[in-house]
Amino acid sequence: MSEIQLTQEKADTLRNICREHANDPGELINILHKTQDILGYLPAEAQQLIAGELHIPVSRIYGVVTFYSFFSMTPKGEHPISVCMGTACYVRGAEKVLDEFKRVLKINVGETTADGRFSLSSLRCVGACGLAPVVLIGEKVYGRVVPGDVEKIISDLTKQ
Amino acid sequence: MEKIKSAAQLQEIRKQAQIKLALREKSNTLTSAETCGLSVGTQKMQILVCGGTGCKASASHTLASNLQEALSNRNLEDDVKVITTGCFGFCEKGPIVKIIPDNTFYVQVKPEDAEEIVREHIINSRKVGRLLYKNPETDEPVSDSKHMNFYKKQMRIALRNCGFIDPENIEEYIARDGYEALAQCLTTKQPAEVINEIKLSGLRGRGGGGFPTGLKWEFASKYQADQKYVVCNADEGDPGAFMDRSIMEGDPNSIIEAMAICGYSIGASIGLVYIRAEYPLAIQRLQTAIRQAEQLGLLGDHILGTEFHFSIRIRYGAGAFVCGEETALIHSMEGQRGEPTIKPPFPAESGYLGKPTNVNNVETLANIPVILTRGANWFNQIGTERSKGTKVFALAGKINNVGLIEVPMGTTLREVIYEIGGGIKNGKKFKAVQTGGPSGGCLTEQHLDTPIDFDNLLAAGSMMGSGGMIVMDEDDCMVSVAKFYLDFTVEESCGKCTPCRIGNKRLYELLDKISQGKGTLEDLTTLKNLSRVIKDTALCGLGQTSPNPVLSTLDNFHDEYVAHVVDKKCPAGKCKSLLTYYIHPELCMGCTLCARNCPVDAIVGERKEVHFINTSKCIKCGSCLEKCKFSAISVK
Repeated sequence: MSEIQLTQEKADTLRNICREHANDPGELINILHKTQDILGYLPAEAQQLIAGELHIPVSRIYGVVTFYSFFSMTPKGEHPISVCMGTACYVRGAEKVLDEFKRVLKINVGETTADGRFSLSSLRCVGACGLAPVVLIGEKVYGRVVPGDVEKIISDLTKQ
Repeated sequence: MEKIKSAAQLQEIRKQAQIKLALREKSNTLTSAETCGLSVGTQKMQILVCGGTGCKASASHTLASNLQEALSNRNLEDDVKVITTGCFGFCEKGPIVKIIPDNTFYVQVKPEDAEEIVREHIINSRKVGRLLYKNPETDEPVSDSKHMNFYKKQMRIALRNCGFIDPENIEEYIARDGYEALAQCLTTKQPAEVINEIKLSGLRGRGGGGFPTGLKWEFASKYQADQKYVVCNADEGDPGAFMDRSIMEGDPNSIIEAMAICGYSIGASIGLVYIRAEYPLAIQRLQTAIRQAEQLGLLGDHILGTEFHFSIRIRYGAGAFVCGEETALIHSMEGQRGEPTIKPPFPAESGYLGKPTNVNNVETLANIPVILTRGANWFNQIGTERSKGTKVFALAGKINNVGLIEVPMGTTLREVIYEIGGGIKNGKKFKAVQTGGPSGGCLTEQHLDTPIDFDNLLAAGSMMGSGGMIVMDEDDCMVSVAKFYLDFTVEESCGKCTPCRIGNKRLYELLDKISQGKGTLEDLTTLKNLSRVIKDTALCGLGQTSPNPVLSTLDNFHDEYVAHVVDKKCPAGKCKSLLTYYIHPELCMGCTLCARNCPVDAIVGERKEVHFINTSKCIKCGSCLEKCKFSAISVK
């Protein structure tokens, strides 16, 4: 279970989101998107709160959250790093880039560094195949990345 | 904006909009003019900047604002307009800038080039030579896209407006006969006539299955219900395919118009777009287009003064490949896990909320308005006997011209790869082309002259899929490629049916074993048998096609599998466990570059002396091989 307690303010915001969607269970995925936008992830207590508002079992929400790769139950790092593992990036060496990030950050895919600064994930195709291999850090797209660039990218971000 | 109340009023607005677009239309018919700039004639100029995701990632938005600033500084903003368009398709060379009316095509333009373009091209009437595209064979600058091999063989129907109009300005869409098809349908055609026209055109679904679109509409039209739904499947999950995204970013109104036409034909008043949350720009452009269409009364109640009502809502996907399957997509839209269900009942009978629902893919829909304005008989002249029209392909991988292309069905793979795609990168040898994404297969040299259409690709052991086309060269290992796709399927399998959930996992494990050099010949037989069982027994399209990458590589590259299991070698040098990196003593100059670049300090040796690789430390990352300037390192 997540240790973070939802503040009253956050809880009210989530209730408002549910209300904006008419507390309709059919809108669950849209509600979860908005919740994740606000909290950065979907902690168990947020799921419980939404279940209460929509009058559906929390198990159904948990089922949906874990089904879709876009939803996460762990907080992302300050700099969320996503390495594109779409086919175009893969054949242009994305796997080596991902391995290098794992080595430099000493974390696996789906994990966040202990200091909370970086998290690592892989994603499938951002559609910028002309720039393959592509790495997405926050909103910024890094194109034509080679393993040799990784240490510099991390040290530049660390300095920020 | 005031609501348009009749087809005649739409015509009036079109005439006005066409005047504004005339400069661009006219230059579209010409080849590039040698002369350029404001001093040539008194006409105004336009600078088109690609605003697709790929070019935006290379800072095309900063480029556009820099151009704007350079123009404002010279008080030229009334004479020269900067227009952000959708994708030009030539992503390899992005960001793309096209100058109207002289049609000059600049490639790989950086934000800091803005000043020079304005100063030289616009004011001093001199083209900026270094930014022109160079013909790779002759190294001659090509100033116009019509003379580029990349565009010569293309025929743009679904992409007709991409890279031409401003996707955030509905008037530009209207100027190009936008909403004319809808107006004609509403005022002069019965729903059954529209469906017949689509049937006659021979259009087949572009999302993967290739089911005849007109027939699908007819099914949905036959069921009676108080509410029906039109769904646009914009959950483009095939990694390496990005045509749907480009259409939504570059020409969102074509989707809206087509959905409304479909609504009219089947008797639905609500449309839903199910779109990937990973496509923020496409979502934003679509929202803008929907808002503008509502303001003009092209969506909403009493469209064009008729009794037809239609509205569109957006539903977000959340990253699940299986949601491309229509029953899974419908469950996802209902706020549930995106698990497929057995058909029948088909969505046409019982779909979204149990009501008749018609699901079409983005590219399919983009064809609809043109088919209706130009006629089914125009459309069915294009393509092959059973696959009409054109197909958009996302050309990627080891190819010189990565990008989005649209060619008539029946074009051969050779034309696509060598003429449009400009051949293989770095002069390497072509090995395979993967079509159809995780559901497709790898085709080889012997298939290069096969005309591309739904049936031919299927017969060759692959499929059209959504149109991803990934080119691979001699450095790509086919076992690894099959493993890559199975890794994808295992991750994306929803887990509902056993053959897909467990079968694919076993396939992956076998491939992993083979890539580690632990496989046997018997494993190859097991791979084949298991693949067939999964194909025959899985519940939905995902499972039924997931073994295709395995089967097609087993068929077409059997020797390579044998090399892995018998000789314990990876001929392409990809499978790490089977590789050893080696420094040739006679070639090593002792420059220390490899040692300095080795991430794990596995390379030892003094300056100007031969270096050695400590194989127990080596993680086989290959950085030494990439860095060595003397080709002294090889991999076996």
